[in-house]
Amino acid sequence: MGTTLKDTLRELRKYPSALAGLSVILALVVFSAYTLITIPYQEAITLWRGGAEIWYRLPRNAPPAWINRFRSEKLPDTLILHSAEGGAEKATQPMSSGQIMIDLTYTFDFTADDFPRALALYFSPVYQEKAPFVSITWTTPDGRELRIGDFAVTRGTVFRFEQDERLQRRLRRQVGDYPAHVALFMQPESDPPVPLKGTYTLKISTVAFEEGSDLDAEFISYGQVYGIAGTDHLRRDLKIALMWGAPVALAFGLLAALGTTVTTMVIAAFGVWYSGWVDDLIQRVTEVNLMLPLLPILIMVGTFYSRSIWIMLGVTILLSIFGGSIKTYRAIFMQTRESPYIEAAQAYGAGDVRIVLRYLVPRIIPVIIPQLVTLIPTYVFLEASLAVLGLGDPVLPTWGKVIQDAQSNGALYKGLYYWVLEPAGLLMLTGLGFAMVGFALDRIFNPRLRGL
Amino acid sequence: MAQSTAALETPSAETAGGTTSTLARVTKYTLVRGVTLFITVMIGVYLTVLIANMGGYVDEIRRGEIRERVSIAVMNDPALRNLPGEEKRKLIEERIRLEEKRLGLDQPFLVRSFRFLRNAITLQLGRAQYMTSDSGSRQVRLIILERLPPTLLLFGTSNLLLFFISLAVALNLSRRYGSLLDRIFVALSPTSAAPGWFYGIFLILIFAALLRWLPFGGMVDAPPPEAPLDYGRSVLEHMVLPVFAILLSAIFVSVYSWRTFFLIYSSEDYVEMARAKGLPDRLIERRYILRPTLPTIITSFALTLITLWTGAPIFETVFNWPGLGRTLFQAIGLFDTAVIVGSTVIFAYLLAVTVFLLDIIYALVDPRVRIEGSGGGS
Repeated sequence: MGTTLKDTLRELRKYPSALAGLSVILALVVFSAYTLITIPYQEAITLWRGGAEIWYRLPRNAPPAWINRFRSEKLPDTLILHSAEGGAEKATQPMSSGQIMIDLTYTFDFTADDFPRALALYFSPVYQEKAPFVSITWTTPDGRELRIGDFAVTRGTVFRFEQDERLQRRLRRQVGDYPAHVALFMQPESDPPVPLKGTYTLKISTVAFEEGSDLDAEFISYGQVYGIAGTDHLRRDLKIALMWGAPVALAFGLLAALGTTVTTMVIAAFGVWYSGWVDDLIQRVTEVNLMLPLLPILIMVGTFYSRSIWIMLGVTILLSIFGGSIKTYRAIFMQTRESPYIEAAQAYGAGDVRIVLRYLVPRIIPVIIPQLVTLIPTYVFLEASLAVLGLGDPVLPTWGKVIQDAQSNGALYKGLYYWVLEPAGLLMLTGLGFAMVGFALDRIFNPRLRGL
Repeated sequence: MAQSTAALETPSAETAGGTTSTLARVTKYTLVRGVTLFITVMIGVYLTVLIANMGGYVDEIRRGEIRERVSIAVMNDPALRNLPGEEKRKLIEERIRLEEKRLGLDQPFLVRSFRFLRNAITLQLGRAQYMTSDSGSRQVRLIILERLPPTLLLFGTSNLLLFFISLAVALNLSRRYGSLLDRIFVALSPTSAAPGWFYGIFLILIFAALLRWLPFGGMVDAPPPEAPLDYGRSVLEHMVLPVFAILLSAIFVSVYSWRTFFLIYSSEDYVEMARAKGLPDRLIERRYILRPTLPTIITSFALTLITLWTGAPIFETVFNWPGLGRTLFQAIGLFDTAVIVGSTVIFAYLLAVTVFLLDIIYALVDPRVRIEGSGGGS
């Protein structure tokens, strides 16, 4: 077997498409392993099913940050500065009266050609009874100082710049009638507003009234782009689904393809060996099975029983075992059965099961391998199909589910192409990788096709 | 499809007796195939009924709904407001019993399943629980009949196009084996790993969302144009993307496998012989390559058709095509057992009819059935 494997690999080298396919598969395997290590199963599920409490920091429906490379006008990235994580300069100064002054200074560069979508401050104060009082100021690169607001912060206070009436009124007077995220970043007197590039400063001056009081705050400028994969309608980072989609797709495709081909092969072999009614039964079952519409039945199982990916996998295998390929295998086994070496095996007293499993089945492996590899993408896409129909696994993030989210939220109508293109691209890559290797293997193992 | 080049076993033709007339033999073959297929469809439909009803699981859901509906109706009935609680409960139970009897839920599942099978086979598909046809009817048969033509239109057109285009291209390529075009088709054949709906999404993205040339989905403009000519034009416009998506997803691999198939056949001795005799290329193609391979081509076409049919639910959902597939998907969302079983039955029928029609053609072109009267044997 070792030499055959080596021979096959040497043959494969002659096909550039097979090499490309192999490297895609290898990359996918490495990527899947990386995903499984960095984001464990449980964590992926918690993250993907998490709501606003996990994802409040990210903008909704933001394309990935790398699209800026292809744009002359750069879109602003999402900026998250948390004072507790060193995002701001923090100065604490106790006063004589027992009060504490805490100054938080956020300094950041703004270089984009467009405005962010929203601005927000999430406060996490520490106090016993009397809430600390903050005054917030905003300094633009050209030195203007704008007062944002003065208020007491209790636990869970969120200051959303656009929704604050007083700030809006003040900005209307000082800058013009624009939402806060535009007014604060625009060049004065520009119409339509043009963002002013440079270093901005947001300063929170706090007076805390109790000993041991403290204040941390998270400043978020919701940009128009985020991360390497972008976000969806629930602010979730698509990166998680795109990464987890790889192991799921590989596992589903491989298991389904292996499960069906191996079982089909063994059944066909037993049918041919025992012939008679066994063979007839297998033939009839195959005919009935060909008449059963696979996808509608899978849809029914998904709606009525369970949408778990493993149940779907089982049903898929079950329904595909008696597929059209059983006839192909049968034809080959019929020829093999007459071979002298089978007769020899019988002569030395080998049992039926032994002959089938040790002598008949191995003979067909060269035919099986290309078929198995070409079958993998079929099942990968089947899983995606089910997900697109809304029957994806309820907990696992997969590529198909991302496409379904995008479809049901009208991503293509709204121009959110990244949302569809990223999972679709990965699906295509996976499909092509296996298909290219499969086609090359087909030519290597079927000498009739060689050179065609 | 990749394996269609490998030995595609031909459907077994039952041995005919001593009859010599071609017509009689073909008729007999067709009849035997018809009966076999009918039994096959019966079993298939029964399995579908079993799966759809999940051994009565769906009935439980329906029972729960009936209970809730009846309880609410009784509770809200002003005429019954003054009835004591005990009597009210009795009334509710009585009405639930009647309602279940009316819907036939009181019989054991086995009996009901066979009744369902009989009705399904005779296309008495019952009444939908929630869905209605566009004309407002609750008859499953009407709902399905209304949705069948769009499906047939879409898949019929694209399959025929696919069949003839790929045959023509494959023949052409096998003649110019090794040319640039040939190599392009071979290189592109792995792209067929992706199903039609997948290309559909890309096509919608490019031609509907970006370029705005063609509609996103649906079958006609809303509101539908009055004049028949405009209506037809609108339907054509809506068909371009789905048909193109099916073609794109299947054409490369089908051209590839048929081209390979033709190449293998064109190296047969009798073809070489014909060439040596100096027969013209077209004649060789028609008589020496196409003719003997026709049965195999038809069998593999049947397999392609079945695959495409089966994919209809998702394909039609992506393109918002008001056909049978999307109906099935909608019915499943609404838990409408009658419609689910109805459409799956129709799907099974469509598969059977496809296989049957191709079988007849097969019998007509396969000399083993037509002349010798004995099939390939099973």
